[in-house]
Amino acid sequence: MTALPSLPGRGDESVAIVSTSLPLGGTVGSEAGPSIISLVGVSAAYRGREVIHAVDVSIVPGERLAIVGPNGAGKSTLLRLIAGTIPARSGRVLLGGDPVDRLDRAAVARRVAAVPSVASLPFAMTVEEVVALGRLPHQATFRGPREADRVAVAAAIERAGIGHLVGRDARELSLGERQLVLLAVAVAQSTPILLLDEPTVHLDLRHRVEAMELLVDLNERDGTTVVAVLHDLALAAHFFPRLLIVDGGRLVADGSPAAVLTDDAIRAVFGVDPVHALRS
Amino acid sequence: MASETRAIAAPLTGIRLGRSRWRTTAVVVVAFAAVAGVLVLGVGFGSVAIAPGDSVAILAHRLFGLPVERTWSAAAETIVIDLRLPRVLSAMLVGAGLAVAGVTFQGLLRNPLADPYVLGTASGAALGAAIAVLIPVRLLILELGLLNVFAFVGALVTVAVVYRVGRSGGLTGLLLTGYAVGSLLAAGLAMTMYLSGSNLRQIFSFLLGGFDGASWLRLAIALPLVVGGSVAIVLRSRSLNGLLLGDEAAANLGVDVRRERAILLALASLVTAAGVAISGLIGFVGLLVPHLVRLAVGPDARRVLPLSAVVGAVLLGGADLVARMAGDIPVGVVTALVGAPIFVLLLRRTRTGYEL
Repeated sequence: MTALPSLPGRGDESVAIVSTSLPLGGTVGSEAGPSIISLVGVSAAYRGREVIHAVDVSIVPGERLAIVGPNGAGKSTLLRLIAGTIPARSGRVLLGGDPVDRLDRAAVARRVAAVPSVASLPFAMTVEEVVALGRLPHQATFRGPREADRVAVAAAIERAGIGHLVGRDARELSLGERQLVLLAVAVAQSTPILLLDEPTVHLDLRHRVEAMELLVDLNERDGTTVVAVLHDLALAAHFFPRLLIVDGGRLVADGSPAAVLTDDAIRAVFGVDPVHALRS
Repeated sequence: MASETRAIAAPLTGIRLGRSRWRTTAVVVVAFAAVAGVLVLGVGFGSVAIAPGDSVAILAHRLFGLPVERTWSAAAETIVIDLRLPRVLSAMLVGAGLAVAGVTFQGLLRNPLADPYVLGTASGAALGAAIAVLIPVRLLILELGLLNVFAFVGALVTVAVVYRVGRSGGLTGLLLTGYAVGSLLAAGLAMTMYLSGSNLRQIFSFLLGGFDGASWLRLAIALPLVVGGSVAIVLRSRSLNGLLLGDEAAANLGVDVRRERAILLALASLVTAAGVAISGLIGFVGLLVPHLVRLAVGPDARRVLPLSAVVGAVLLGGADLVARMAGDIPVGVVTALVGAPIFVLLLRRTRTGYEL
């Protein structure tokens, strides 16, 4: 793990962000300190349609938080804003105090790894070759993989539990196996920040729990700051000490699972009876 | 991950990044032997046959300055050096360029069916060449006729237009725009051919490709463009590798996707246009070679690009030799005759286009 230059961000803004329109409680789980990720009044738009409205979030190093919310709420967009793959229409996105749009892509990729929910491959590639792509931001143009790269790739393969898939063509794997491979790519990237967009949708129950345990391990053992978009509220509540609820492009709650996943919030945001949402 | 023996049992120290070194080395050795073979056979074959031993000696003497005892006639040396060598080297240069451009286009467009012509270079070059044939002025600048110049410019202008119009629609938008513009230019080409009268044959020979007009000077003009462009592409291998997983994943891996795509597209188009301008349209090399090479050494662009250049050179150099042996038929006919069946075989062996 490389330490980020910790310029004073907006980490002191550890104030609960609670929408006035929804009856949601919530307190912020982050303690004061320089934030590794901060979004300050960030809005974003696709083709002129604004999908994120003035969101403020501050995340300190070593936090583990989940973003939940209904489909189309803007959860993935928030991750893209943090990764700098889409521009903010207004406001600022800071990584360790640096505006993400001022860093070059390779510098961002050494700080942030992002796991997409799907990716495609046009040509045959073995699982380990795919995982090795995670080392791209650490490699010079024409140097082959170095020892550090091999170690990182082997460790990522082991931690993602895909050792048995080594040597297989990544295109012939099941959806769940591919998801684990993509997770391993991000682990191999060895960044202080890990973003995950629905990392468990295609996984069976056991792999779901194992993936969550991997995230907890990365967070607690390596100090990786983990931000995951999840649909499964039970998983989110069980494995993440801090939850953000996003609805309609706004941050409507931010705090511990117990504080934000109230019956009223689940009814208001997801439109379902809480009995169905938190079955486990 | 928790409680799993399989992760521990995995041979972690045995994980190879990329295909085996042995295999890559073997492929490289075979490829370079093939280059030498094509070179020697290529300069030896013709109306005056020159024995391979003499060819090797002449090449060693003149190309590498080795002190070889002179056993050949002055005529043989002239034939090899002044007539045949520029032709063989031109075919190799164009083959290398088309293969490199093919790798680049397939990687950029993330499409195994893409080739160097997919965004309009071929149709632009063809129309340019056909228009040049219609213009009754015959001028040669540095041994290049209007035809070569117009083909070069036509190819680049067409790609530029396709890129400007199609880039907002993503990869599919680019491909569809390339197809649409290509169809439009094909209409123009058909009209030009209709109007060309007795010059039709000249347009035809451009469409089918060939190295009849090869000369040292032409080679010297195309060489820096093809080699320079190809080297610049190879230096951007990382971007091509990142793009394997798609635009968003590439961006997350540190690739400035829009910028890299524009640069690589421009370079690959330049290489293609320079090659096509001196050879005419030659199909299948740019489509087939990248697939053959990926089968052998995997998808890493740092290996695929240089090796494709060598294999492309061998294939087109060899195809030109076959074309001459078959009585100077157009080389494009040979590449299509050989390439199409191989490509069908490859398609049957490998699936194309998947989600990961």
